[in-house]
Amino acid sequence: MRLALMSDIHANLQALEACLSHARAQKAQRFVFLGDMVGYGADPSAVVERIRLLTEEGAMVIQGNHDAMAIAPPGEIKTVGDTTAAWTYRQLSAEQRDWIKELPLTLRIDNILFVHASVNEPHLWRYVYDQRAAKASLDAAAEWPDVRYVFGGHVHMQTLYYRGAGDGLMAFTPQPGVAVPIPKHRQWLGTVGSVGQPRDGNTHAMYCLFDTDRAQITFHRVPYDHFAAATAIRRTGLPEFFADRLEDGR
Amino acid sequence: MKLLEPGAELDGFTVEECIHSGGMAHIYRVHYSDGQRDPGFAMAMKIPRMTAGDGAENIVSFEIECQIMQVLQGRHVPRFVAAGDLSRVPYLVMEYVTGETLEHWMDADTPPNVEQITWLGTAMARALHALHQQNTVHLDLKPANVLFRGDGTAVLLDFGLSCHAHYPDLLAEQLRKAVGSPAWIAPEQVVGVRGDPRSDIFAVGVMLYQLCTGHLPFGAPQTAAGLRQRLWVDPIPPRKTKPDLPTWLQEVVMRCLEPEAAQRYPSAAHLAFDLTNPEQITITERGTNVTGTRFRTHFKRWLKAAGMHYKPSPMASQQIDEVPIVMVAVPHVDVTDATLYSLRQGVARALGNRPGARLACVTVISSGLTSSSDEAKSETNVHRRYLTMLRQWAQPLDHPGHQTSFHVLETGDVAQALLDYARGNNVSVIVMGAATHGLKTQRFVATVPIKVAMDAPCTIILVKQSLPFELLGDSAPGDASDTGGYSDSGSEIRRKPYGDNDVPF
Repeated sequence: MRLALMSDIHANLQALEACLSHARAQKAQRFVFLGDMVGYGADPSAVVERIRLLTEEGAMVIQGNHDAMAIAPPGEIKTVGDTTAAWTYRQLSAEQRDWIKELPLTLRIDNILFVHASVNEPHLWRYVYDQRAAKASLDAAAEWPDVRYVFGGHVHMQTLYYRGAGDGLMAFTPQPGVAVPIPKHRQWLGTVGSVGQPRDGNTHAMYCLFDTDRAQITFHRVPYDHFAAATAIRRTGLPEFFADRLEDGR
Repeated sequence: MKLLEPGAELDGFTVEECIHSGGMAHIYRVHYSDGQRDPGFAMAMKIPRMTAGDGAENIVSFEIECQIMQVLQGRHVPRFVAAGDLSRVPYLVMEYVTGETLEHWMDADTPPNVEQITWLGTAMARALHALHQQNTVHLDLKPANVLFRGDGTAVLLDFGLSCHAHYPDLLAEQLRKAVGSPAWIAPEQVVGVRGDPRSDIFAVGVMLYQLCTGHLPFGAPQTAAGLRQRLWVDPIPPRKTKPDLPTWLQEVVMRCLEPEAAQRYPSAAHLAFDLTNPEQITITERGTNVTGTRFRTHFKRWLKAAGMHYKPSPMASQQIDEVPIVMVAVPHVDVTDATLYSLRQGVARALGNRPGARLACVTVISSGLTSSSDEAKSETNVHRRYLTMLRQWAQPLDHPGHQTSFHVLETGDVAQALLDYARGNNVSVIVMGAATHGLKTQRFVATVPIKVAMDAPCTIILVKQSLPFELLGDSAPGDASDTGGYSDSGSEIRRKPYGDNDVPF
């Protein structure tokens, strides 16, 4: 089966649509959304609605920290992430909020485990940004003995972690568009990148395709109308910074 | 896995005889069982030894080889046919290449002569460059892993320790340790660096040294300390034991064997270039030295080596792109200062700030120019005249970091000669004048630059003439009439400043 793994859409409808059509053209058979559908971006309601519709066709969704924040916005603003939560809350319908509330934090399909941040206490939203954090996440996945693959988002980077010749994990930065063999006799952890808010200096949206039959993963970068997405943010009156960063990819 | 009997079937392949039984794997000749399909070449099946006694590294190596073989292309690697599921029945079916390995040359009764060493080295370097261009570094080159086809091209075998920049390196680990065959691995491999294409150049250097002297330059060390020695030690210069070896050959071998990767050939294409143009090699102390390296030098390097540690290397293809071979076609008939000046500017731009780049200045003369009976027209004399012309032209470009060489090609077909030269030497950029000849007929008959541009195996820069001082003084830009590039002399076309289609293309 060809799974399209998408995370950190951040209410960016333009980026989501671009990735969905790209994945369909690549013959993706099932969509898995790894959390953070909303937050930062201009179209939370439309994005949630789009994904909700896809679940009727078999798409699977888990909750991310921004989704959790949007249904229970913090009273006082401490981080940049908090700034858009209250606004997002108002954009979502009560029905949408209820739907988000029921989303699980982890999800398993056969030997694949999905989580927004780290399997190591998912509700603490730990960042998997290096080999040690990846190892902690992978070790926590041992709770499910059959699991060979863990996929998550949260860090907005595309990285593949694997066990090398030694004890520790090795980090590998994939080349976009190149299919990488990830045979199931090893354990792998991938961070799939961000659909709606890339931060590596490249404006293109990120997602990845996992072909479970061939045990190959392809990380993709997809160009989309990021100017339109930025303009939409400016129209909402949300902080200019969130629009600028889409135009800069930072 | 126990030995398969001839006639046994595996995943649609029928096993013939076992042709190799090594420590890592068994290799069998095979054919398709259904007898219908014919791949057009002989096939071999490699089955790794995977019993309890065989190390885990053996299995990982096999996994790496399966992954890499599936994506490698070209004549310099065996063609991939099929791979078995590693968790079920591991095997790899590939083209069975017939030919002699380099071992065969080394075991021969009479050692190879200079000419043979040169072509063996050139063939290896070209095969290696083709591999590096595909972002793969071999990392286990040795005489048993290099095979020569009947037509003289080299085929590289056994990618079990290789590293492909687009795939996770399964042999990488935090506690870096040396992986490879002790006699041939490069100093940086000793400290765990994997992925530097210049490590393969070192291995070719070891093999060339063996071909020249019959000995291994560093022996076959058994201990880690023995291995580390090559981080600072130069081997005994080949000419110390074989005084009749040419100095240029020693220069080439010793440059491959430099302990520091940055001192070696920056790419295998550069090595092939030197081996095919020995007369152009600048011979330094590396080539002339017959006494060996002084203690002081070794001691200084030893101090430096003590601090040497693992650094990740950039992608192989990127690394070799940084050191292009730039070729410039310099015209010698009907050519003005403006054209020569602009060509030089074009070359300077193409070389850019890439210290490892090398420049090959080429001019083409018609085959009628030399004569074997007329002394004044003898090949040597005629060539010398043009070589001097090229040297003078290149003088202002002189840069210590760039290697420059000069070549006179003798032919009737200029475009074809330039193309052959570019292809044969893995040239990355061709710089040539956008010839102004025959402009009126240009739409009907392709001129030399157009022909070269259409078929060039690489980027081509067509330089238009312009002089910075042209606009000064009395001479209006339009007066700078001349002809730019090769071919038919006697053009009557005058150059217009910067205009329509009738200006130099």
